[in-house]
Amino acid sequence: MRDLTLAMRHRSDVLTTVFFFIIVVSLFPLGVGPDAQLLKEMAAGVVWVAALLASMLSLTRLFADDYHDGTLEQLLLVPQPLSLIVLGKVLAHWIISGLPLVLMSPLLGLQFGLEGDALLMLMLTLLIGTPVLSLLGAIGAALTLGLRGGGVLVSLLVLPLYIPVLIFGAGAVTSNAMGMGAEGHLSLMGAILLLALVLAPWASAAALRISLE
Amino acid sequence: MENGLLEIRALACERGDRQLFSDLSFSLQAGELLHVHGPNGSGKTTLLRAIAGLVLQERGEILWNGESSGKEKDAFNRELLYLGHHYGLKFELTGYENLKVFANLSGAEIREHEVEAALRRFGLAHCVELPVKMLSQGQKRRVALARLLLQSSKLWILDEPFVALDAAAVELLLEVIKTHVANGGMVILTTHQAVAVEVGSVQHLHLGQ
Repeated sequence: MRDLTLAMRHRSDVLTTVFFFIIVVSLFPLGVGPDAQLLKEMAAGVVWVAALLASMLSLTRLFADDYHDGTLEQLLLVPQPLSLIVLGKVLAHWIISGLPLVLMSPLLGLQFGLEGDALLMLMLTLLIGTPVLSLLGAIGAALTLGLRGGGVLVSLLVLPLYIPVLIFGAGAVTSNAMGMGAEGHLSLMGAILLLALVLAPWASAAALRISLE
Repeated sequence: MENGLLEIRALACERGDRQLFSDLSFSLQAGELLHVHGPNGSGKTTLLRAIAGLVLQERGEILWNGESSGKEKDAFNRELLYLGHHYGLKFELTGYENLKVFANLSGAEIREHEVEAALRRFGLAHCVELPVKMLSQGQKRRVALARLLLQSSKLWILDEPFVALDAAAVELLLEVIKTHVANGGMVILTTHQAVAVEVGSVQHLHLGQ
């Protein structure tokens, strides 16, 4: 069932998100200058902030297309729990917008002079963190469905919710680089992911029902 | 088919601040068709969406086989097929793929030739492979209507199903509806076209008076 929802997505938006991510991240070394130590220190933060913004970019489209062509109301009438369908859609969103970021991140980390260990850690935090971005974003997208200027509103609603993920994600990379170990950060992120996995589809489903009235 | 019974009790709906209808009660049994009449803005679409569960009613109850349709959502949705103003089609996919997606989501096992047969019945044999966005309005409507043939839902709720259809397709749709009602199905529909919907037992409901 989820694969079907996935097939319903069109694939043209993927590249926009990924290129946005690449360009934003690449701009920093150019702008800050070739100070290797400085770049190394800010690498995690830059990559993470870029990932947040990139995932925001595609969020508004998560439900909007289905809303406009009427497939969303048909999905509400399907004899399956709506939260499960939402979860399927979020999973699809993550695969097209989150996973490519995870895969690209080591390449971009190289620009900042990160080494093997730190690159792995960066990838790992993004791997845990980006699904949370998609899950939380789904709530915002569902709430602002059908509103004019919904895109800006989604950012205002969702970006504050991203802050914990950002802190622990970037923090894990930094503390790993300083040799303190990142287990604490990682397990907290894992906890956030599980919490979001349980609550976000349910909350988005409720928001969708309200938006469609 | 097992028996179906839809009961509407003292239903009231508002849109904005305006009361569209109140204290609306009727019941619909297997093998019956309800034709909802009324001028623009009289609340026909809202009534149909309320029955489908897309709009929450202000007051009143909607009972399916004696159970509240809101509480027994999955059971009710399994028996329900709602086609509204929007086609509910993904324009990037072909008609065939669209139908397949819905059939799978509604949990029906469906074979390839059945989908093709349904499309052919609605005169779309030559555009099975075309994405829906390449089709005309009437053809899009036909693709959406082809779902009627594929899902074994008991209750059809059709909001203006005749819009954009040519004379031949209107005839065809009438025949499909007749067959459904004759087989013990239930249909609720609205239309502004002067289409004579004459099947077994027709109820008429006039809104906005």
